[in-house]
Amino acid sequence: MTQAEIKLCSLLLQEHFGEIVEKIGVHLIRTGSQPLRVIAHDTGTSLDQVKKALCVLIQHNLVIYQVHKRGVVEYEAQCSRVLRMLRYPRYIYTAKTLYSDTGELIVEELLLNGKMTMSAVVKKVADRLTETMEDGKTMDYSEVSNTFVRLADTHFVQRCPWVPVTENSDPGPPPPAPILVISEKDMYLVPKLSLIGKGKRRRSSDEDAAGEPKAKRPKHGTDNKEPIPDDGIYWQANLDRFHQHFRDQAIVSAVANRMDQIFRSLPVGYNISKQVLDQYLTLLADDPLEFVGKSGDSGGGMYVINLHKALGSLATATLESVVQERFGSRCARIFRLVLQKKHLEQKQVEDFAMIPAKEAKDMLYKMLSENFISLQEIPKTPDHAPSRTFYLYTVNILSAARMLLHRCYKSIANLIERRQFETKENKRLLEKSQRVEAIIASMQATGAEDAQLQEIEEMITAPERQQLETLKRNVNKLDASEIQVDETIFLLESYIESTMKRQ
Amino acid sequence: MAGNKGRGRAAYTFNIEAVGFGRGEKLPDVVLKPPPLFPDTDYKPVPLKAGEGEEYMLALKQELRETMKRMPYYLETPEEKQDIERYSKRYMKVYKEEWIPDWRRLPREMMPRKKCKKGPKSQKAKATGKGASLTNTADVLKKIEELEKRGDGEKSDEENEEKEGSKEKNKEGDDDEDDDAAEQEEYDEEEQEEENDYINSYFEDGDDFGADSDDNMDEATY
Repeated sequence: MTQAEIKLCSLLLQEHFGEIVEKIGVHLIRTGSQPLRVIAHDTGTSLDQVKKALCVLIQHNLVIYQVHKRGVVEYEAQCSRVLRMLRYPRYIYTAKTLYSDTGELIVEELLLNGKMTMSAVVKKVADRLTETMEDGKTMDYSEVSNTFVRLADTHFVQRCPWVPVTENSDPGPPPPAPILVISEKDMYLVPKLSLIGKGKRRRSSDEDAAGEPKAKRPKHGTDNKEPIPDDGIYWQANLDRFHQHFRDQAIVSAVANRMDQIFRSLPVGYNISKQVLDQYLTLLADDPLEFVGKSGDSGGGMYVINLHKALGSLATATLESVVQERFGSRCARIFRLVLQKKHLEQKQVEDFAMIPAKEAKDMLYKMLSENFISLQEIPKTPDHAPSRTFYLYTVNILSAARMLLHRCYKSIANLIERRQFETKENKRLLEKSQRVEAIIASMQATGAEDAQLQEIEEMITAPERQQLETLKRNVNKLDASEIQVDETIFLLESYIESTMKRQ
Repeated sequence: MAGNKGRGRAAYTFNIEAVGFGRGEKLPDVVLKPPPLFPDTDYKPVPLKAGEGEEYMLALKQELRETMKRMPYYLETPEEKQDIERYSKRYMKVYKEEWIPDWRRLPREMMPRKKCKKGPKSQKAKATGKGASLTNTADVLKKIEELEKRGDGEKSDEENEEKEGSKEKNKEGDDDEDDDAAEQEEYDEEEQEEENDYINSYFEDGDDFGADSDDNMDEATY
């Protein structure tokens, strides 16, 4: 794992789970697989805290355990899974577009809790949806169940590996850790439950209780002692399936853009007849993008979507775009040129791009120094003398993609740090604003006059309001940037993964 | 080596023209320090995407961030000193639900250990046995016991660490020792953090701890 990735993981863990979990998580990412005592010793953390942290990390599928010889259990962190936390909003939003609010909340609960039983999810989501409904209306469990089943059928949620049912006749001491199993055919099997009930609104008396001083004895959230029908059957969000969806979306929208261009050169009269469809497909197949390939003529021609090429094109487009935005359009022209011609000499670049030599050199070296372009040496003589060697500029898409991906990780880490900095700088003001809001809210609840409310509001001066506005704007920008950089990360990672699979 | 023009004379080993500098032309300055922290960019960045989807995801992201801080998975660091102890903070503390992991899915060593000197409160089935995470019926008594022994429990964990180091074999031994009466402990942040300044490991680990000491944590330290 690169330093940039580790740094980003550290920021993500700390924001979502606090410093203890961050310390343990980052330690495992750095050192690899370790047993419990070693972790405690190396990090200087108490055993108790290490255990808690590990439980949280395991619950959220960020750490796995393995039993080694002599019963030693080792824990291993999954760095790439930690980085997926950046994408949670996107997963949830996608679920919303596909399965509306119910689906959205199901996926959100699963992501927030790592893993849950179906009955727990259904109940929680029904409660949440009921909160948003008008008085007197409630959300029925069956409706939530149905959406859950649909999500399972389309593989957006899947079963977690489970503890196999062993016969009790097994003598001897129990193993140090359960070996969890998973089988393809059962991964999306929904248990036969008859969940009957409706969502409950949180009673207002509960809200009052929340304001009282905490007794030592915590209140129990749910007092049900009923047996859970699907006890032990846990579900998690299937991130790979979401990725598949994103990938398809990306390709479809890229093609759609393309189609627009093609469409304009087609005859007017937009009735998709068989011939026109045929034309479309032929055009796509001939298109330099190479998304669609024609394989054989059976049934009038079989068209195939070339996924790897599609991803390659998307990655390339990303690279071009970055070059354009960073270095200017002339640089971008040179870049595209080298991409197209594969290998070019200095002189050839100047000629083809029609850019004066000095500028061309400058641009090439700028791109070279940032590793968008690389040099290929072709010696003319066996002694590799520099004066008798061809130096060709070329774009190695895979390594350029890796470089850009690395920069993306750094970018997001910077964005997060800046956001935390901005928030910290204004901490005093933020806290004041929160207190004022709390006071106003409680005053409104007890029925206060407008004049009084006005007075309280004025506790925050105009310049302070301005400051808060600016802060909000900045934080929003930084957050939005994070989300968008993650989109680029997704494209690049998909391409790199697809390329590595073929090798 | 061939190509060495003269002693002490600067000479390039390659054709300088190929790199792009004419003969005798002034070479650019040598770089003496690292590049600036925030270099100027020639071009303004492209504006962010703005659409319904993007806005929704932004709101989601910020909401999730807040929500996660309130979940039981967010482990607070126990010693956080505030600059001014605000009276209102005590009353604005967010209530956190407990979370008890499903022990059946976890390695046995994950379960917190308690040295039960006063005999087992309740015989629990082995950790890999079935049984949903039960809440004890004798909750109140147990919690009082826990509060008393909490300091002891943590201390004894640390002691174990020192004694055994990272010897794997002893870990197994340790497991067996406490195992038969291994209690389920609830991960209870509220209990562990009493609302006072006392250090958790204040108590010396004596043999008669719990039995005869009446100077327990409720008294102030001087």
